[in-house]
Amino acid sequence: MKLSKLIKSGFKNLGVNKLRTGLAILGIVIGIGSVIALVSMGEASKLAVQSQIQSIGSNLLTVSPGSQTSGAVRGAPGGATTLTNEDAEVIKISAQITTIKNVSPEYSGRIQVIAGRNNSNSQVVGVEPAYADVRKITVSYGGFITSQHVFRMSKVAVLGPSIAEDLFGENTNPVGQTIKINGNDFLVIGITKAKGGSGPTSQDDQIYIPLSTAQKQLFGVKHLTSIALEATSENVMTKAQNEVGYLLLARHKLSDPAEADFRITSQEDLLDTITSVTGTFTTLLSGVAAISLLVGGIGIMNIMLMSVTERTREIGLRKALGAKKKTIIQQFLVESIILTFIGGVIGIILGISGFYVYSQVSGSVFVVTVQSVILAFGVSVGIGILFGWYPARQAANLQPIEALKYE
Amino acid sequence: MSKPIISVNHLSKVYKTGDIEVKALSDVSIQINEGEFVAIMGSSGSGKSTLMHIMGALDKPTSGSYLLVGHNVESLSDDELAEIRNKKIGFVFQAFNLLARTSAIDNVKLPMDYAGYPDNEQEQRAKQVLQMVGLADRMDHSPNELSGGQQQRVAIARALVMKPAIILADEPTGNIASVQAEEIMDIFQKLNDDGHTIVMITHEEDIAEHAKRIIHLFDGKIKI
Repeated sequence: MKLSKLIKSGFKNLGVNKLRTGLAILGIVIGIGSVIALVSMGEASKLAVQSQIQSIGSNLLTVSPGSQTSGAVRGAPGGATTLTNEDAEVIKISAQITTIKNVSPEYSGRIQVIAGRNNSNSQVVGVEPAYADVRKITVSYGGFITSQHVFRMSKVAVLGPSIAEDLFGENTNPVGQTIKINGNDFLVIGITKAKGGSGPTSQDDQIYIPLSTAQKQLFGVKHLTSIALEATSENVMTKAQNEVGYLLLARHKLSDPAEADFRITSQEDLLDTITSVTGTFTTLLSGVAAISLLVGGIGIMNIMLMSVTERTREIGLRKALGAKKKTIIQQFLVESIILTFIGGVIGIILGISGFYVYSQVSGSVFVVTVQSVILAFGVSVGIGILFGWYPARQAANLQPIEALKYE
Repeated sequence: MSKPIISVNHLSKVYKTGDIEVKALSDVSIQINEGEFVAIMGSSGSGKSTLMHIMGALDKPTSGSYLLVGHNVESLSDDELAEIRNKKIGFVFQAFNLLARTSAIDNVKLPMDYAGYPDNEQEQRAKQVLQMVGLADRMDHSPNELSGGQQQRVAIARALVMKPAIILADEPTGNIASVQAEEIMDIFQKLNDDGHTIVMITHEEDIAEHAKRIIHLFDGKIKI
């Protein structure tokens, strides 16, 4: 029997009980829709993290303090105050270090910032001029922190574009104005170019001031919160990591690398960590979505089994008129595939729309991959075949005589 | 001497329900030749429906042999039986058994769909047989828009459309008002005059009168 006729009669049979057909389709719509939406969201967040990290630079190493160990008590990671300006200086000048191009000692903390009537608790980072090179920062207005500023402990600040907007409003040029950081007046000397991303770690939300000013005047500390290193190339990252590691171990008088009071992470490490975290979430959510898809599939099977029972006489008649097993199987499979295919199409549309709304609300990227759509189509048709197969076989195996007698 | 269409020899059929055995047919032998119009009569429980089902290749005998235009039916697989039913037998049921929500012409085309005939040939043959049963003006009506007699005429058209070797009619007038029943019998009569072989099951004497030969069944045996 021709496929076009099977499809036509399939639509006719499914049209008989529209509510039931609609509900069966709804199950698939929800399943496919949630799979599409969740997988897309996962992909989008992965992409966002990747692009944010790539924008920071791929040959970047970050030395951060480890946990402070006093006696047998190990403190929280990052809590140590063991990383100092001297560490950074030694990395800069040591002959043992051959793979590091630039060194950027940094001290960052959250502190109150006021500009006019606007008041915010912001991330203030004390930097040296090397920061701009190492962290790939460019200035769109004015200039960046110079070594003169660091030397003189100047009260100058460079603002990220987002914080500049928060403090001074849109479309204004704050260069030349003053902001109050923790009560001290700072002259705004530059605005950095937007790098994208959001949240407290975004460079667009930070305020840069000279490192010396930050350590001595604002926070009153002698240690660093991180040292950013720019390696000479991406290929020497592991070597650079080792060189810096041994140098710092020796300086901190530690013999066992397991006792290190600092951590050296590359962008790749960070990327791996975040990717694996978002990957786990995506997998988990997709798993939940897949379960709803499974439930939808069982709904299809239920409907088809009911339909086979109701149409026993029809099946008997068809067999009496010469329908072979294959033809009966085809007829019922076509019906279940129509159900799941329609469900799949609506589900894809709803899933993508849902993801679009999410991306608008959350400000994340909106990317729909062709593969995920094709996959969703494939899965919905596959579910039609998988869950339609058993009912179709039940129908095909009916004995014509039993089926014709059935009331 | 015309050639045999159906040749049933020493046919028995036993139904088992748990431990109870019911003998529906025992040692039945019948030969039906081309061009015959045979009525099989009997009261309910006489085994006439069972015989009809076996003759229609819808059911298999417990023992005995059945030749349908030279095919040994009891040795065929399910799909081969389906093909035999499709090509050699035209069924007319008491309850018409038309597909609901499907036009008369599409109902008539159904066996040709299973035989894989091309669309234009289906159209042409379906129109031809519907014309033959006097429904040329009702081809696009669905069964619920037709009277019982008209529905049975659609079913006869469907039985004819594959040019079968034999038409098997199971109480064809059982669900029809008597005036229309006469029309149906006239059609059968005319088909037989045109050379069609017909076997009809009925329990009504006046309907059986239309046939040229009457076989009486009683308790699963032929009553002579």
